[in-house]
Amino acid sequence: MPQGEHIELHRKRYGRRLDHEERMRKKEARSVKKRAAMAQRALGIKGKMFAKERAKEKATMRKTIAMHEERDKKHKADDGQKGSAVPAYLLEREQVERAKVLSNTIKQKRKEKAGKWEVPLPKVRPVAEDEMFKVLRTGKRKKKEWKRMVTKVTFVPPGFTRKPPKYERFIRPTGLRMNKAHVTHPELKATFQLEIIGVKKNPNGQAYTGLGVVTKGTIIEVNVSELGLVTPGGKVVWGKYAQVTNNPENDGCINAVLLV
Amino acid sequence: MAERPAKQQKLDASTTPANVIIQFQSPEGEATGPQLDVPHDVTPEQLETLLNGLLQAEERLPYSFFVEEQELAAELGAHLLKHKVSVESVLHVMYQPQAVFKVRAVTRCTASMPGHAEAVLSVNFSPDGRRLASGSGDTTVRLWDLNTQTPKHTCKGHTSWVLVVAWSPDAAIVASGDHSGGIWLWDPSTGKPLGQCKGHRKFIASISWEPAHVELPSRRFCSGSKDATIKVWEASTRRCLFTMSNHTQAITQVKWGGDGLIYSAARDCSINVWAAADGRMVRSLKGHGHWVNTMSLSTDYALRTGAFDHTGNAPADTEAAKAAAKQRYDAARGGRPERLVTGSDDFTLFLWEPSTQKQPLARMTGHMQLINQVTFSPDGRWIISASFDKSAKLWDGMKGAFVATFRGHVGPVYQVAWSADSRLFVSGSKDSTLKVWDLRSKKLLMDLPGHADEVFSVDWSPDGESVASGGKDKVLKLWRR
Repeated sequence: MPQGEHIELHRKRYGRRLDHEERMRKKEARSVKKRAAMAQRALGIKGKMFAKERAKEKATMRKTIAMHEERDKKHKADDGQKGSAVPAYLLEREQVERAKVLSNTIKQKRKEKAGKWEVPLPKVRPVAEDEMFKVLRTGKRKKKEWKRMVTKVTFVPPGFTRKPPKYERFIRPTGLRMNKAHVTHPELKATFQLEIIGVKKNPNGQAYTGLGVVTKGTIIEVNVSELGLVTPGGKVVWGKYAQVTNNPENDGCINAVLLV
Repeated sequence: MAERPAKQQKLDASTTPANVIIQFQSPEGEATGPQLDVPHDVTPEQLETLLNGLLQAEERLPYSFFVEEQELAAELGAHLLKHKVSVESVLHVMYQPQAVFKVRAVTRCTASMPGHAEAVLSVNFSPDGRRLASGSGDTTVRLWDLNTQTPKHTCKGHTSWVLVVAWSPDAAIVASGDHSGGIWLWDPSTGKPLGQCKGHRKFIASISWEPAHVELPSRRFCSGSKDATIKVWEASTRRCLFTMSNHTQAITQVKWGGDGLIYSAARDCSINVWAAADGRMVRSLKGHGHWVNTMSLSTDYALRTGAFDHTGNAPADTEAAKAAAKQRYDAARGGRPERLVTGSDDFTLFLWEPSTQKQPLARMTGHMQLINQVTFSPDGRWIISASFDKSAKLWDGMKGAFVATFRGHVGPVYQVAWSADSRLFVSGSKDSTLKVWDLRSKKLLMDLPGHADEVFSVDWSPDGESVASGGKDKVLKLWRR
């Protein structure tokens, strides 16, 4: 523990070394090389930590540079000229960027009747029953084995009321319940967080569909009312189907592609 | 139980008097003819016959009747019961003449005319209703042949989006304004450019021509731009005659009124009135709390169509045509100064009498979102406002009283257009549909889906034959009976 600010005191009394500025400049100039050498030398967790730190620094640097470039640019305030044309009464209005092309040609209903889907993921890995369910042992002596716990993500409709726990064969853990999905519109390349309305079809079987199990390849119905899609008849489309593209139980979220 | 029906009948008979004493009133409030004793089950048609007899009209004219501002739609007795009108004193029945011709509602899309490579931003029928011009984001103005429903001319010249297209009232010139501030004049019969007007620095929001009863081969027009100025141009020389600048923000609409005044609405919340002769500012109308988006004159329809009547015919002789235009304008004005209605971002409308006073006649509230367009009916008796709250509202054009709301669109209503007889109007919306509404029943008459995307612009031809609409899906659609 230092007893008093000796260094500061000395500096106040006698000043710095005469070549202080020069030494600092040189040190600063050399620091880059020193750092580079250290980056090469560092191994293992140290190296990782260093790389992460450096990546962060670079990102902020890039941002600042971009900001400065923006400021220096002598461009006119372009008023949406590059986007699609809008009438005079919509110019300079804060338009909600809807990024939509109305897909009026969707013949979703007809497809549904035929029972055929041209889906982005035609084949999925079959999920075995013992992977899907975990056997729970119940009873005083834990010797009954008729209860199952679903180990995958499930969708439970908001109005669902539980059966009495005594008779509940399938347990859908609340921690694995989800009611939102990140749905990508394939034509627009835009992703929206939408509410799930229901599970249309789980490729692994009707039983899973009924339980609302969401695994990779499952067709879910999502609420697209905020996308502003309209049918050829002028009615608002609010439910559309989407296929899950990730393993929700691993990722903690549902990613899906809209079927158009 | 057996006595019940008899009792009921008795009660009915006592509440609905057998006869009602009525007094016809003209729209100006003067009594017409003597007081009449009419049976309670008299229908509007019978009243019409009665009134035609009283007025000694040579041919039977259609009228609509109003009892205490409420339109008489059914039998008189039923109407009185429904609206709980007292019959203790003489009942004043106001009559309003209707258009002698009837426009039939459009019901189907007869043509989808592709051609534009970008969204169609402005669609306008010529004053005679025989031609159609459209401006688009692909920087062209297109003229269409209405008989064959095919493109006629493509007018190239603009360098950016064509935001407004305006026909001169004699249908001889089309003026178009673009997003970079250029104005071009076109000859609609050949599609050749007549010239270019340079001066504005930012986008043109509105163009309005001098009325036909003032100057007949149309010569002058005014343009309002985002650079906060209004310029008056001479069409033959393409020179700017004078510039009016008192606004501090973008002009949203200009109107060249029939009383020698130019009205301008701007985003600085004010409406200015200028003398059309020299550009002197006459008065400034203040009241709105946010951008003024739109305005309409009670004589708009007469100013737009000029000398052309509802069949699209006009006298060939210039003097006669001017006189005809004057007559049509005076009829539209109805002996009162022209009224102006403005709609704003503050969700309200104001009714003004700009040539006489700067105080508003009425402030009309009720919309829940900004008002995008407001239009007077061709007879000047009604106002329709289109709003982003997905509804259109009907207001009384004389006093500004609220009459009805038209709900049905599922997106913001962008534009509305009246039929020439003021009995129908059509609205175009962001939800990609057009809807035809009936004024008498205040109900949806026809739903017209068909556009693949937002409908930006709608116009009903002055001869009532067709409706044209254009939007984001780049096609121009024609709707007919």
